[in-house]
Formats: sequence, C-alpha cells, structure tokens
Amino acid sequence: MSEPLLDTAVARYCLALGDDALVLSHRLCEWAANSPVIEEDVALMNIALDLIGQARSFLSYAGEREGAGRTEDDLAYLRSERDFCNVQLVEMANGDFATTMTRQLLFSAYQYELYERLSSSADTQIAAISAKAFKEVTYHRDHAATWVVRLGDGTEESHRRMVVALNAVWPYAGELFDPLGSDPSLGGLVEQHVACDPVSLHEPWSAYVTSVLAQATLEVTTTTWTPAGGRGGLHTEGFGYLLAEMQHLHRSFPEATW
Amino acid sequence: MTTIAEPSADRVQAEFDAIIEADQRIEPRDWMPEAYRSTLVRQIAQHAHSEIIGMQPEGNWLTRAPSLKRKAILIAKVQDEAGHGLYLYGAAETLGVSRDDLLDLLHAGRQRYSSIFNYPTLTWADVGAIGWLVDGAAIMNQIPLTRCSYGPYARAMVRICKEESFHQRQGFESLLTLSRGTAAQHAMAQDAVNRWWWPSVMMFGPPDSDSPHSGQSMAWGIKRFSNDELRQRFVDICVPQAEVLGLALPDADLAWNDERGHYDFGEIDWSEFKRVLSGDGPCNRQRLANRVAAHVGGQWVRDAAMAYAAKQAGRAATAAPEVVVDAEEARHDADA
Amino acid sequence: MPTPERGGAGVVPPSPARQQWPLWEVFVRPRRGLSHTHTGSLHAPDAELALRNARDLYTRRQEGVSIWVVRSSDITASAPDEKDAFFDPAGDKVYRHPTFYEIPDEVEHL
Repeated sequence: MSEPLLDTAVARYCLALGDDALVLSHRLCEWAANSPVIEEDVALMNIALDLIGQARSFLSYAGEREGAGRTEDDLAYLRSERDFCNVQLVEMANGDFATTMTRQLLFSAYQYELYERLSSSADTQIAAISAKAFKEVTYHRDHAATWVVRLGDGTEESHRRMVVALNAVWPYAGELFDPLGSDPSLGGLVEQHVACDPVSLHEPWSAYVTSVLAQATLEVTTTTWTPAGGRGGLHTEGFGYLLAEMQHLHRSFPEATW
Repeated sequence: MTTIAEPSADRVQAEFDAIIEADQRIEPRDWMPEAYRSTLVRQIAQHAHSEIIGMQPEGNWLTRAPSLKRKAILIAKVQDEAGHGLYLYGAAETLGVSRDDLLDLLHAGRQRYSSIFNYPTLTWADVGAIGWLVDGAAIMNQIPLTRCSYGPYARAMVRICKEESFHQRQGFESLLTLSRGTAAQHAMAQDAVNRWWWPSVMMFGPPDSDSPHSGQSMAWGIKRFSNDELRQRFVDICVPQAEVLGLALPDADLAWNDERGHYDFGEIDWSEFKRVLSGDGPCNRQRLANRVAAHVGGQWVRDAAMAYAAKQAGRAATAAPEVVVDAEEARHDADA
Repeated sequence: MPTPERGGAGVVPPSPARQQWPLWEVFVRPRRGLSHTHTGSLHAPDAELALRNARDLYTRRQEGVSIWVVRSSDITASAPDEKDAFFDPAGDKVYRHPTFYEIPDEVEHL
C-alpha cells in the first residue's frame, strides 16, 4: 500500500474509532444529574470522560494522518451527518437505565475485544491509544455487566425493562462486526496488522455477552433485522438532532477559540 | 458489655467544651450538645444538596460544550460535584441520619441548597463565570471549614478543597479565553459576569447584623469567619482578577478604600436574596422538580439492586461454604 | 434536550419500610508499603457495587490502589474509656445509630 493511501486508510479507520467514542460519550452526558442513584452520576460521567479521551486521541491522530490540517475539534464539530462513521448503536437514545446499560454492555464488550487486539497494532500510535483504552473499557464492560445482572435478576419490573431493552438494542449490535473489507479503503489495514477485522471479535464478544445475560436470567435475543450503515455515514433520524445540539455553539462562532 | 457509670451532664459538657477550646476535633461518638449535632446535620446536608443540585446548571452545557477539551473539563467537574455530594452525605450520616432521609427533606423543600444554583446558565460563558465566581466564593467558605470542629466534616472538606481549586482555575481560564477572543465572545463573557456577580456576593449569606445563628456556630468551631468578613475578602480578591480578565464588575460603587485597606462595594439587594431563598428565584421549581424526577424515576433501579442483593444473600446461605467475607477476600487480593 | 426516561415529577411517595442501600465503610491503601486507611463511607446494595463505587469515589481508579469495603454494621468499635466524655449503652457501633434520633415531622430545617 502506498504511503498516501495508507495515510488515508489509517485516518479513516481512526475516524470511526473516534466517532464511536465521541457519540457514546455525548449520550452518556445526558444522564448528568438524572441518574437513578448519585453513585451512578459519578460512574456514568467517569465512563463519559474516558470515552471522550479516547475520541480526542483517535480524532487528533486521524487529522494528523489525513494531513489536511483538521484538528480534533474541526472533525467533531464541522462534519455533517453523512461524514460521521460511528455505528448506529452508540447514537441510540438513552431510553431508561436498562436501555443505557444494555447499550453499554454490548458496546464496551466489543471495545474490550477490539482494544485488546489493537494494543499490538503495527501502528504504534493506535497501539498506544488502545493499550490505555483497554484498561478503561475493561472497567466499563464490568460496570455494565454488573448492572445488567442486577436488573435482569432483580425485580419483576427491572426484568421486564431489561427484556424490552434487549429487544430494542440487540439488533444494532450486528453492525459492530461488519467486515472491514466492505469499505475498500480500509481493506489493506488488516493485512498490515494495523487494524483488526471486526468479524474476528464476534465470537469472544458473544461468549462474554451470553454468559452475562445468562447470569442475568435473560435470553439472548434473535433478530432478523440488522440495521447498519453508520460506518458509511447512514445514520438514524435521531442523529441529526444529536449533532445539531453538539455542534451548534461551535459552528456559531467560526474561527473562535474556546 | 462493660458497665461504665454514666458521666454527669456537667462533665460531658465540660469535656466537649474543652475539646472545642483546644481547637481539636469532635468525632462521631463523642458526646455533643443536641443543638450542635442538629446544626451540623443541617449545614452538612445543605452543603451536600448544593453539590447535587449544582450539577444541573453546569450539566446544562455538557452536550453543547464548544470544544472537546472544554467538554472533557466540564464532564470532570460535574463528576466531581456528584462525588463531593457523596462525601458530604457520608459526613452527615455519621451524625445519625440516613442519606435517604436527608434527600426526602430536600425533596419536600424542608432542607435547602445554596441559592446560587437557582439562577439559570443561559450561555456558555456562564459556565466560566460559575467556575470563577461561584467556585471562588465556595472555596472561600470551604477553606475555613477544613478546620471545622467536627472531624468527619473537616476531613471531607480537605478532600473537596483540593478538587475545587482546580475547577476555579479552569473557569477563570475559560473566561479569559472568551474575554480575549472575538468581540462576540467578549460580550458573552461580560454578560455572564453581569448576571453572576451579585448572586455570588450574596453566597456569603445575610449581613452579620442579620445573622442570629452565627455567634453560636462560631462558638462551636463550626464557623470560623463571619459572613461579612468572607464577603469582603471575596470582593478584594475578585477585583484585581477581574482586571486581569479584562471584564468589568457590575458595581459602580466598587472603589479602593485606603483607610479600610479594602474595596468598598455597593448595596446588596437583600430583597432579591430573600425572594430567591424563599423559592421564587428563576430556577427553584425547575431544579427541585428535576431532582425529584431523577430520584423517583430511579426507584425501580435501586429496588432492583436491593432485590438482587437479597437473592444473593439467600443463595449464599443455602450454598456450600464458599461464602467469603468481603474484607477477607480483599485482604487476600491486597497481599497478592 | 432529549431526556432519559424519568418518573413523574413533584410528589415524593411516602417511605414506608423502604429499602435503603446499606452503608459501607471504605479503607484505601494508596500504594505499596502503606496500610489501609479509613477514607469515608458510601451506600451500595452489595459488596461488588460497594467496591466499584469506592473505586470511583475515593480513588478515581488510580492504579496500584487496594480497597476494602466493609458494611458499617459489621464493624465493632471500642468502648470509650472512662476519661472520654462518652457513654453509649446501646451498642458499640461506629456511628450514632439512626433510630436514636427521631425527627418529628413538624421540625423545620431539621
């Protein structure tokens, strides 16, 4: 792969990793002062903080490799919906606490497998960011699992809400494991050991999630519906509102420093 | 259980007084006058409530923060506030109340929180103004509290003060950036200061002449400086800081008084203070409603956690002796 | 701003035998070579969540830190010696037991 092509591929790959973290961090911020118990305000803000750190690292690096002078803020605040590469899972509305924890479990369990492998990426920057992030998402995953178990095996009401949450969130997990090769510009990264193919993450992810759900007395949902498209910039209707809120102030003051 | 003859009322009072006199700490199981205890419960609880309610005006800008750096800083700040609330509830609980009871009193409007949080955060600059002025005023109140006579409260304050000063610096820096930015940003910063200055000055409470409980609190080592003293100190510190910021303080009467060695400042509108305190500020109803909604809405989650814990306890009781006491397990981990 | 689902605002339902999350004491050893020190308390429904919450609240997840959590009710405190202004016949617990103090409904500002 030629240098410029590699640069472009790495930039695009990191953009997706950054966007996932950025969007989920944003969603979690909506829980501030609204959590079901004050300890969760602390915990959720902690996770949000970790994720925004990951987002900044990946977006900055993406801008660097892209070589067009775009900063982390340019990328976060000046791209439009069709240029964001996050999966649809992370942009889902928070819903109730069961929905939020289900989303967190599925996504953090994915990030766990992802960052574990990327810690030995041939790209030293990706490896470094991933090594740090791996410790963080280990905690996120455990936190979500702790809650999924308690909600699933808690009261009748909490169990019912978890069933509803699983039905709503599960279909979106599929997109996490779409092969990297479906985006031609990214194909070479796996061979070069820069990126890892998400397909390879599915089995360990599934094993972990299944065991947590079993402990939670919940059944693994089956679905024939597999929404996708986020990686290619096709998002949900709610995503436009998320970006509008996130970007409005920054866009209102072009060239300003904050 | 050992039988100890109950000390006389005079003796326990004398020993309490001696500890206070020696500027030492009263700890949770020490004898204390009932009024000392109830004063502390109310003060610590209201301090805790302030941290929790304070998450709302600040949290209001999390999803609209204009840069990733500022967003991260604000997330950390809101997280710290929740943590401070928890430290303080913990301190209050050592005095024989439960956190849930304190929250009930807050939700029923029978305990208060700092009135400053009844004002709205209308622009991004408000976040910086709160950091500079509100956190600044809070620090001024809180540093003396690190030497409060009640041990758990003093220790919680030490932890809190460490984190709070960081927040104040961040707020100041944010305002500085705005003030030196575009004309529109400068105007935003000035507008925020115009709205937050007087409420911040009022954070120190009514004038000494109008503060009947202060004397007793000082005698008990709960309060170290008077309202007016702290307020004056605050103004003296803020004036030169405002100059650095390049922002004006909305008080035409601010002037250095050589004789007093302090800044003179204008008349405070105590009627506004009373009005907001009594529930008619811009955001009182909204703040409390949000707080209650979060609490009530989260009941099913808290109940689920308790139900699971009960089930687990039941399972452990009927299972083979694999049950490990928490401390035991942790000790093994620690020594590993 | 889209808000997460919440219950109705306004009236707080009366608290009968409402289950509260029990109180735990937290001991932290900040680094190797030091002993565990009491850092404070927190509420949690069980030991696992107590440990997680302690990590979030008292250590900000720094590495190399060891945490113990113990139910407050499991701690036995020493009886006061005669010199201390201290007498509590109802138990040797760390804190004043909440039921010692009954707050009448009509008391303002606690």
